This record gives sequence, structure tokens and C-alpha cells, in this order.
Amino acid sequence: MSAGAAVAAPPDAESCSQVPVLRERGQREVFCGLTSIVWLHRKIQDAFFLVVGSRTCAHLLQSAAGVMIFAEPRFATAIIDERDLAGLADANAELDRVVGRLLARRPEIKLLFLVGSCPSEVIKLDLKRAATRLSQSFGPNVRVLNYSGSGIETTFTQGEDACLASLVPSLPPEPADAGRSLLVVGALAEIVEDQLGRLLGQLGIGPVRFLPPRSAASLPQAGPRTSYLLAQPFLGDTARALDERGAQRLDAPFPLGVEGTTRWLQAAATAWGISTARFDAVTAPAAERAQRAMARYRALLAGKRIFFFPDSQLEIPLARFLAREIGLVPVEVGTPYLHRQHLAAELAMLPAGTTISEGQHVERQLDRCRAARPDIVVCGLGLANPLEAEGITTKWSIELLFTPIQGYEQAADLAELFARPLDRRMRLVA
Amino acid sequence: MQLTLWTYEGPPHVGAMRVAAAMQGIHYVLHAPQGDTYADLLFTMIERRDRRPPVTYTTFQARDLGGDTAELFKTAAREAYERFRPQAMLVGASCTAELIQDDPGGLARALQLPIPVVPLELPAYQRKENWGASETFYQLVRALAGPAVPPSGTQRPARAAGVRPRCNILGPTALGFRHRDDLAEIAALLGRLGIDVNVVAPMGAAPADIARLGEADFNVVLYPEVASAAAQWLHRSFGQPATRIVPIGVGATRRFVQEVAALAQVDPAPALDDPGSRATWYARSVDSTYLTGKRVFVFGDATHAVAAARVAKDELGFTVVGLGTYSRELARDVRAAAQAIGVEPLITDDYLEVEAAVAALQPDLVLGTQMERHIAKRLGIPCAVISAPVHVQDFPARYSPQMGFEGANVLFDTWVHPLMMGLEEHLIGMFREDFEFREDAAPSHLGSHAAPTAAPSPAPAPPAAAESGGPIVAAWEAAAEKELGKIPFFVRGKARRNTERFAAERGVPLITVETLYDAKAHFGR
Ligand code: SF4
Repeated sequence: MSAGAAVAAPPDAESCSQVPVLRERGQREVFCGLTSIVWLHRKIQDAFFLVVGSRTCAHLLQSAAGVMIFAEPRFATAIIDERDLAGLADANAELDRVVGRLLARRPEIKLLFLVGSCPSEVIKLDLKRAATRLSQSFGPNVRVLNYSGSGIETTFTQGEDACLASLVPSLPPEPADAGRSLLVVGALAEIVEDQLGRLLGQLGIGPVRFLPPRSAASLPQAGPRTSYLLAQPFLGDTARALDERGAQRLDAPFPLGVEGTTRWLQAAATAWGISTARFDAVTAPAAERAQRAMARYRALLAGKRIFFFPDSQLEIPLARFLAREIGLVPVEVGTPYLHRQHLAAELAMLPAGTTISEGQHVERQLDRCRAARPDIVVCGLGLANPLEAEGITTKWSIELLFTPIQGYEQAADLAELFARPLDRRMRLVA
Repeated sequence: MQLTLWTYEGPPHVGAMRVAAAMQGIHYVLHAPQGDTYADLLFTMIERRDRRPPVTYTTFQARDLGGDTAELFKTAAREAYERFRPQAMLVGASCTAELIQDDPGGLARALQLPIPVVPLELPAYQRKENWGASETFYQLVRALAGPAVPPSGTQRPARAAGVRPRCNILGPTALGFRHRDDLAEIAALLGRLGIDVNVVAPMGAAPADIARLGEADFNVVLYPEVASAAAQWLHRSFGQPATRIVPIGVGATRRFVQEVAALAQVDPAPALDDPGSRATWYARSVDSTYLTGKRVFVFGDATHAVAAARVAKDELGFTVVGLGTYSRELARDVRAAAQAIGVEPLITDDYLEVEAAVAALQPDLVLGTQMERHIAKRLGIPCAVISAPVHVQDFPARYSPQMGFEGANVLFDTWVHPLMMGLEEHLIGMFREDFEFREDAAPSHLGSHAAPTAAPSPAPAPPAAAESGGPIVAAWEAAAEKELGKIPFFVRGKARRNTERFAAERGVPLITVETLYDAKAHFGR
């Protein structure tokens, strides 16, 4: 914490980008990986997420999700209490009892994730063993997997990475006679999935499968004939697990904005040997429509200065999109963690001179933000209203995870998310 | 291990944050991992505070665990002191840091900061938010007011002639249910009695204010969940008596005025009534006749639940059919109140248990927390919110206290509004065959979404019922079904349920017109 800021050259020799990075250590004002349960449980509709943690973990989930969900959710917390802390044998028996009660109540559940938290990790509760044991008792009806969403190991969207990585070993192998296939990796809104699937289909690329799937029964296959495209920038562990299955990553920027979407599709088209003519014929109309839709926001936003607090790891692709297609000027782009390899193409496209910061010392970052007086700040829910009260316009970053933003048809919607707070500020006269 | 979907209370360190965020000139250094910073949004988003709570989190990571998390804590505390220059500091651990046992109190002492440092021990695996708020407030009061405590056995000197009586108001915190407005209401009431307010705490108090709590003649305890422990210590240490009556409802407000007047030795008359008090008259007006005997289910923190049950019964003429709380610390008060009303107390923090109780009782109105609002919405039952846990809606822009005479007006409006207005109910019943009144027409004041007639979406069967395959539902004879159709639609659902229950309990396989009226006679309404 006292180490302070250091500007370090990238340690990664194979990185194609030499952007200097401000490394920060101090208070991190970010969610832990448990938070990604809020969208993951909507995505895999027959999965249940059981956090093994404390009242804090339950309260975090409810605070991040509670206002949005009325029905009985497909997530819960097994709250560890004093008696569990007294002896580990008890904790395992207790966990079995809780899972039994849960599955009796929710017979439609086919996939159960035991999600580790800081307390379960500090007391070394072995959820991997628990998952194996429970899979034996409740299989084959229910598959039980485990991953960590703890705040000492994961930041916000890394929870999705850990979840998907835990699924990869369960993906069925390719049949012996399988042709090549494309796997799109990262949770996307259904509408985005369908749009991207249609475009890939029109290009003649396929079969296309998605991870995570919409149900536990439709797990996509994985193997050496599988190429995969990351749809999200925070999936380092999942990519590694897929590599271990022999799948190949297609390097591309992320499908945000017209340029990002085109280059993302291009990576697949190149791998599939699709002709330029066909690629243009399929993508040009959608790209042109998106350009038209974005024009109005470009007029409003061009030249405005934007500052990103670290949150979802989407910050760098977002800054790239906003700078190159909307004309915003990124002042500082904070990211909780910088995966240089997966973000190489993105970093190369950022305007020269953009400050990138990794990690966080929230007080010092607030000082920099106040000094820079940006026109708009992207930050988490804890910082938004205090900054607004200081007269700084903000955009809550969590909305970027809950709103469909990828692909051509969403490019203008994405720009609109940043235009709305400024528009609002201009409307309010009192 | 307890399976929890939704929780009524956060962990105890959130209670400590509610105290710290309410005060001035204080900073809380919390040994906690990064995800625990979510708690900031409770204050900035739900309560729309314009500044971050005064909390620094160490946000240690797994790689720090093998190394020196203690050093991390010291750095965070030192930096927080230098940056924020607080007049006092709270230090403590969240659930995870409690397990690594770094002793924040000892570490902070080693820094020798030139301000009082109050260490908090908040056992996260046993206790919850309200207890955490209470313990934090108590420890702060002890630490800061302790130096002013007179030697034991010292008699409290009598108030000199001509000096106005003074009290402290204890309990309001950040994120409290209407604390801001209750405080304004009660301070004004005390003003009318000629009583000065020495210190309000925690809300708005600086450490120096806490240090002079002992100067008041007595304490007004607005929220026992938060302030009882501190008030008891103040009583022992300074001989300050404290109020016991929580002024929610007209009756309790009057009793509170009497109690306060006695403690202050002033005449209660100026505050025993209020020209703006309308709740009592509204409850007596003829339109309110239809409120008679409405069956209400009450759940909340102990103070608000007990008060709501009393107001519902004595001031609105409702019938309280269920009463419960999630506050185990004050469960005794709720048990006593439930016994006095003649219902089984429900003491639980398991949301599913509360849901099962509401589903079984099928009340006309639920008075609960935001959790019960969700339950009631799913079951199609009207609901008003009376207690924390809070939601952004519980911080209205307008003045909206729960306490005092104006608070009683607010209770009348907010509890009666979800029910159908009496006259309108009558007219809809009369004209229900008219073409304008579709069966699912809702009274206009309930908005386009409310449809009290719609059969409530099937409640998730309580586990027991599900296991036994559920009760057998008798069939309806055509004539009985037709007769049922003549019953006003807004009570038809209940008539159907009651009749079916009546038939099931007696093993009647076919419901006739006779069964319908037998059931009506049995259930009596
Ligand atoms: S940071 Fe750790 S203790 Fe806190 S909510 Fe996340 S997993 Fe739970």
C-alpha cells in the first residue's frame, strides 16, 4: 500500500504494445467476483449459485442485485457461523445439509456452483472436494462444480472468468469426425448472441456455439478443432482452460462499436478463409446502419474528456471505442487488471498519450480525477453520487454489464449510455 | 451454516458504518477485502448521500495473506489519519479479517495517533448489523464521554432554578428508516415543552459532542436497537434516566410527552395535542368504517413492529393476525406484544419462513420491510413499509416522519392507501355488473397495474405441503360456482380459498351452495 505509484515498462516481451502503465496499490473500490453471479444466474437458466461465505457476502449480492430482482433468485448464500468455524468436519456436513435442502426445494436445478468466498478460503474449506462429493450424491441429475468469487482472489468480472473456467473441463469432447467449429466465449445478452450468430452464419462460419450456454444441458463441445473468440476482455483463466483442451484462440479486439465488431468478425472470417467480398457484403450494411445511428451521439460527445475508474476490465475496449468512433478524449483509463496479451490489439488502438492505470489507490485516483476535471467519469456505485455532488458528471459502470452493448446494432446504444448523463445535466436548469 | 436468500440485516461492521457515516469528524478504518467496499453504495445510492462514508478499507488480497496484512492495516490507518484529519478513529475488522486475527486495535494503538482511537470487536459470525450499530455507539460513548464520568456515588446535582431542562436524543443513524424526519419531529415536540436538546447522536454529532453527553438531564432513546446499550451506560455513569416509550402513533406520542415531561419536570399540556394531528379523526370518520377488522400481518425490527401492531389495533381498528421480528436481541418485547394481542410471535431472520407465514395467513394488509413488500407483491396482497431494511424509496424527498403527531398522519395515509378506499369499494360492489366494470377492474387510485381481484400468483408451496403432495381441492358444483360469482370480486378470491379450505378440512368432496354459506358462517366474514 505504501509502495505508491510506479510507472513500469511492460514485463511481457511478446506484447506488441509498449504503453506505459501507472501501477497503483492502495484501497481498491471495486466489487469482488461474487457480483458476477447477478448476471450469470440469469444466463444459465437451470444453474444455481450457492455462495459459501459470510453475511457480508449475502449482503453484497443482495445490494448489487436486490433492487432488480423480485422473484426467488437462483442464488443464495450458505452463511458460515461460529459452529462451522469450530471444526471443519462440521462445516462439510453442514454444507451437505444445506445443499440437500436447496435441491429438494428447487428440483429444476441441473447445475450447482459452489462459489468460494474470502471466509471459505481463509478457513480452507475445500469446495473442490465438496463438489466432487455432492456430485456423487446428486448426480447424474445435478452436476456440482466449484469456483472462487472471493474478493481476495477475484475482482468483479473475474468471477465470470472463474465460473466459465470451472465449466471448461466438463465440456463434452469433440466427436472423432468433428469439423472445425467456433466457440464464442463470455456471457452476452441473448439478443447480442442471436445477432452475432446470424452474422457468423451469413458469413458461412460455423457451427457456432456459446459459452456459457443457456442451459446446463446444452454445454458446447471443446477440442483441437475448436477455435474460440473471446467476447469479453476478462476471461484469462477461461482461455487458459480452453487452450488446455486444445482449442485455439482467435486474436481480435472486442466486439464493442463498429470497428471492434468488424475486426472481431474478421478474425473468424480470416480463420475460415472467407473472401473479402463476402465479408464486406455481409457486414457493410450493418456497419453502415450503426454509423448512422451513432452520428447523433458523436455530435454531442466529440471532444469531451472521459476518465475511467477501474471496475469491469471493459475500460480499455470502451475507451478505444469512445475515442476512435465517438471522438471522446480518454484522460485516464483505469483497469483493475491488465491482461496484456488479450488486450494487445486494443492497446495498440488507444490514442497515444492515454494514461492507463492498473490496480487502484482510490484516494489518489480521486485527486487526479478532480485535478483533471473531466466531462464524464465512469465509476462504480459507491463513487457516483459523491462525484455528482462535486459537479462531475458520471456514468455508473455496472450498467455496462447489465445492458446489451456488443455488436453493430448496439453500438449506438453504447454511445447513448455515455451521452445520457451529459444530456441530463444540460436539461436540468434548477 | 444457514441457507440465506435475502438477509434482513447486513454484517455488524455495516452497523458501525451507519454510526460513523451519521457523525462528523470521525473515520473508520476497516480491515477488509476489496469486495466489502460494496457497503459504500448503501449510503451513496440508497440514501443518496452526497459523500462517501468516512471509511477506509485495507482491501488486502490473497497474496498479502502470507505476508504482512498487519503492516497494510497500519499504512491504511496512518494514511487515513493524514488525509482526513478526523477527531476520533474507529478501527475494526470485517468477517474475513476477523479470521486472520491481526488485532486492528493494537496495531492502531502502536501508531500513537494524537486522537482517540476506539477499537471495535464485532463478531461477524454471531452478530448482525443492528447489534454492530449498538455496540459501536456504546463503545464510542464510553471512550469519549468516559473521561467526564464523575466518581461513583456522586449525586447528580439538581437543575438550578430558571435553567431550562436539557436532554440528548439518541439513536438516529445513517441508513435508518425515516430517522432524519423522526428527529425533526421529536426535536420540535421537545421544543414545545421547553426542553433544550444538548446533543443528538450519532446523527450529526462530532466526537466533542459525544464527550459532553453527560451534561444533559436525561436521554431520549428513539431507537432502542441502536441506543439502549449506550443509554444504560449513561444512566449508570451520569445518573441520566432515559425514555422507554417510542413515540410512534398518537397514543404513544402522548404517553411519550407525559414521560418526557415527568423527566424534565415540566407541564406536558403544550405538547399533548397538535392542531395538525388528523389521524385520530380520520380513523373515526365514516369512510374508515371499512377498515374495521382488516387482517394485518406485521413484521420488522422490534421497535417498529411492536409500534405498528399497536397502532394497527388501537388506532385503526385492524385485527393483527401475525406479528414478528428479525431482531433477536429485542425478541422479548415482540413476544410480549404478540402475547397481549393473542397471536404466535414469529422470531426469525429467514425470509422463507416469513413468506410461508404470510401465505398461510392471507392477510388483507402486510406491514413489513422491503422484503415483505416483495412477498406481498408476489401474493397479491397490499403492503406498506414500516421498518428497515431500507430501499431508495424509503428516503422520500418530502418530510415523512413515523414518529410524533405528523408521523401518525403519515402512518394513516401510507397504511390505508394500499387498501381500497371505502366508498369506492362500496360503489364498485354495487355497480360491478355494469359494462364499465370488468371483473379485473382495479380502483383508479391503485394505478393500472394493481388488480386486487386477480388470483394471487400461486405461492411457492411451503416445503411441508409440497412433500405431502398438497391438499386435495374439492370440486365446485355449478350452482355454487354461480353463487360465488355474485360475491363482490374483491373478496371472491378469499371466499373461494376459505370455502375450499373448509371443504378440505371436513373432507367434503363437492362444494355446494350450502358449503359456501357454511364456510362463510364458519370464517365469519
Ligand atoms: S470480498 Fe470476500 S467477504 Fe467480502 S463479499 Fe466478497 S467474497 Fe464475501
